[in-house]
Amino acid sequence: MTYGTEREMTDSVSGGDESVHDVHRYHEEPFWRKYIFATDHKMIGIQYALTALFFLLTGFTFMMLMRWQLAYPGQPIPLIGWLFSDDTMPGGVMVPEFYNQLGAMHGTIMVFLGVVPLAVGAFGNYIVPLQIGAPDMAFPKLNMASYWVYFCGGVVMLASFFVPAGAAKAGWTSYPPLANIETMGQTMWLIGMMFLITSSLLGAVNFLTTIIQLRAPGMSYFRMPFFVWAQFVTAFLLLLAFPPLEAAAFLQLADRLIGTSFFMPSGLVVSGQVLDIAGGGSPLLWQHLFWFLAHPEVYVLILPAMGIVAEIIANNTRKPLWGYKLMVYSLLFLGAMSFIVWAHHMFITGMGTTMGAFFQVTTMIISIPSVIILSGLFLSLWGASMRFTTPMLFALAFLPMFGIGGLTGLPLGLAPTDIPLHDTMYVIGHFHYIVAPGTILALFAGIYYWYPKVTGRKLNDFWGRIHFWGTFICMNGIFMPMFIQGLAGVSRRLYDGGATYDFAANVVQYNELMSIFAWVLALAQIPFFINFFLSIKKGKEVDDNPWKATTLEWTATPTPPLPHVNFETVPTVYRGPYEYSVPDSDSDFTPQNQP
Amino acid sequence: MREFLDISGSLGLPEQASAHAGDIDYMMSLVHLLMLLLLVGWGVYFIYVLIRFRTKKNPVASYEGAVGKYSKVQETAVILAEAVLLVGFAFPIWGVLKNEFPSAEESFEVNVIAEQFAWNVHYPGADGTFGARDIHLIDVLSNPIGLDPDDPASADDVVTINELHLPINRPIVITLTSKDVIHSFGVPQLRIKQDVVPGIAIPIWFTAIKAGEYEIACAQLCGLSHYRMRGFVTVESPDELETWLQDMSELDF
Repeated sequence: MTYGTEREMTDSVSGGDESVHDVHRYHEEPFWRKYIFATDHKMIGIQYALTALFFLLTGFTFMMLMRWQLAYPGQPIPLIGWLFSDDTMPGGVMVPEFYNQLGAMHGTIMVFLGVVPLAVGAFGNYIVPLQIGAPDMAFPKLNMASYWVYFCGGVVMLASFFVPAGAAKAGWTSYPPLANIETMGQTMWLIGMMFLITSSLLGAVNFLTTIIQLRAPGMSYFRMPFFVWAQFVTAFLLLLAFPPLEAAAFLQLADRLIGTSFFMPSGLVVSGQVLDIAGGGSPLLWQHLFWFLAHPEVYVLILPAMGIVAEIIANNTRKPLWGYKLMVYSLLFLGAMSFIVWAHHMFITGMGTTMGAFFQVTTMIISIPSVIILSGLFLSLWGASMRFTTPMLFALAFLPMFGIGGLTGLPLGLAPTDIPLHDTMYVIGHFHYIVAPGTILALFAGIYYWYPKVTGRKLNDFWGRIHFWGTFICMNGIFMPMFIQGLAGVSRRLYDGGATYDFAANVVQYNELMSIFAWVLALAQIPFFINFFLSIKKGKEVDDNPWKATTLEWTATPTPPLPHVNFETVPTVYRGPYEYSVPDSDSDFTPQNQP
Repeated sequence: MREFLDISGSLGLPEQASAHAGDIDYMMSLVHLLMLLLLVGWGVYFIYVLIRFRTKKNPVASYEGAVGKYSKVQETAVILAEAVLLVGFAFPIWGVLKNEFPSAEESFEVNVIAEQFAWNVHYPGADGTFGARDIHLIDVLSNPIGLDPDDPASADDVVTINELHLPINRPIVITLTSKDVIHSFGVPQLRIKQDVVPGIAIPIWFTAIKAGEYEIACAQLCGLSHYRMRGFVTVESPDELETWLQDMSELDF
């Protein structure tokens, strides 16, 4: 196929009013079309990446502030304490209301504005069309819309700090009745969430259509890279799990603004005053609707990370993934199961034995495909010829970290052992191991791995290694002591880190250590940010396929890929995604598009 | 075997002050042993492959990769272990805690009414009957739980704040309600934790087997003073409890 017909194909995709002859149209795009209201999936991917990195840093900064209060309760924050208003930090000392705001917004920002947009919006957008041989996403304008709706959601969330009494402070879970009686920040949170949910839904439709419809000739489902499979299942989860939360957010908004009582029972007395509400609602209804999303959301956080790790491990072990098909089936099973485990977050809300048995069994069942995928990644290392490149270091570290995160989910998924551990620091340790040293390390791996595709230059390896070791060690230093505190019974979301309680006396001292690790973790990100921005112009120049990879994004496109068309000719796919070290082959990798 | 496998002493759990704490801790031990086994197993394998299969040591990768049934064996073992945990431990322990409530005669009953940010305790008094409560009678200082003075049953009731005295070695039933938002009634040493959901009265039961004073820690974010929503449980002999209740009723509102 030629350049010209390729253009026709793109035009038909993007609405098609441009001239077929004008193959270089993309060079003439005005600034705002190319960089601001971009419709090219690669530019949108970059927009998502930069915005999400900004929000990850913001969420992390909130946590660093909170960690001062946890390490040294009631002491003024040095150096920067005076920057804050008297409502939040009089005399530099954080008030409990502000602590709760930072806590709620840390969770919200990290999950909905940081990790998911980076994993799905950035990596999914940039890489999926390239890996399946598509010229763009199926609906470029919808893609633009989902980025800008996400952006608005972020603005609303940040703006909520500046409304009277500040941002939402009922936790990222926003349980009513507390959330319903909280100040205006909660309304902002709900509106912000509706933007973010809408954005994810638009994105999910786009991913599904793209992966189903726009695969290049020969790219059968079982020739798709594991990363594409992960994004495919993720898109299904987003599409099916988010609408109940959008509905729930609307209902909570109605409770707050127009006096309904969907989540408000009768007979509430707040500070001695009987609440003037209709009543008759159920606080637990919110929890069911929330966790119906938020459990699949856990897999939205982790599946793209697994996809990235799988790509990098196959590439750097120079051998096929072990059990590719088995892993894909596990992924599908995991996705389906993730819809019927949600109430394991609710064992101690008063759940009886029937419901308890159901959700414990489904929770144990869902651990099996996770074990299979992790085992598959571990076994892929057997017989390797392993290159310890910077992305590979991050990808390898993901495996034991995700392992710890997954294993510590076991006692939480069994109701009796959940009694002492529920809502303690053990839970915080568990899901942070999955999301921080798990997913975030994988996202870093992805940045180091695909950076050369985006810029034509590599990130510096020396600073990459400093970044890796600093991040890896500090993350463990932050999250490992949480298990010790949790087993001792220390609750989560405590403004003084548990200093009030005698039973916590032997473990509260870890708060200082954890906080120091958190601040050093921030220092360890400095080389990354310098490396990230300097290497755009100064990094070592590399060819189109610097990692000697097999998948289409490296083998069939120029670097960076052509705006709006990606490929000079539509690639044809002849083989599976990980044909490394094929016996009797001249080279240790056989690209998917090699006849 | 149970003694051999019970590692709860090394897990840093609080002391065991209730009858069911030992069962929960034993199950906790087994789960953590399974986790440790998998972590150490995969850890040793991981370190080995990182050294054995680096490019220098193994310049040509194997297209075949790992062969053999190791993975299937491991996955089957995990499934079996989880089935044992479910059927042998999780179902029976949960079943006893949720369904096998002691009879009204043998148990000691008390109501706990949570609010931002305190635990109100309501004893039925000598007649063994709780007086009626009405939210419209609530007064922050004089009648925090809205006890109805016109109900004859409420005359001998005892109401305390953040002070929960309980008898040792007798099944206890606590009925939990909340006035405002969701709280969570947690006492680490007793291995109990129960969300207190407004609009629902949720009973829990346990038997305290060790005298002493323990802290009630709110485990569910309930507002700005969540972190210091602390109460105290005193587990004591029936005689001591009787004396204390007597003292309290004389201080009554």
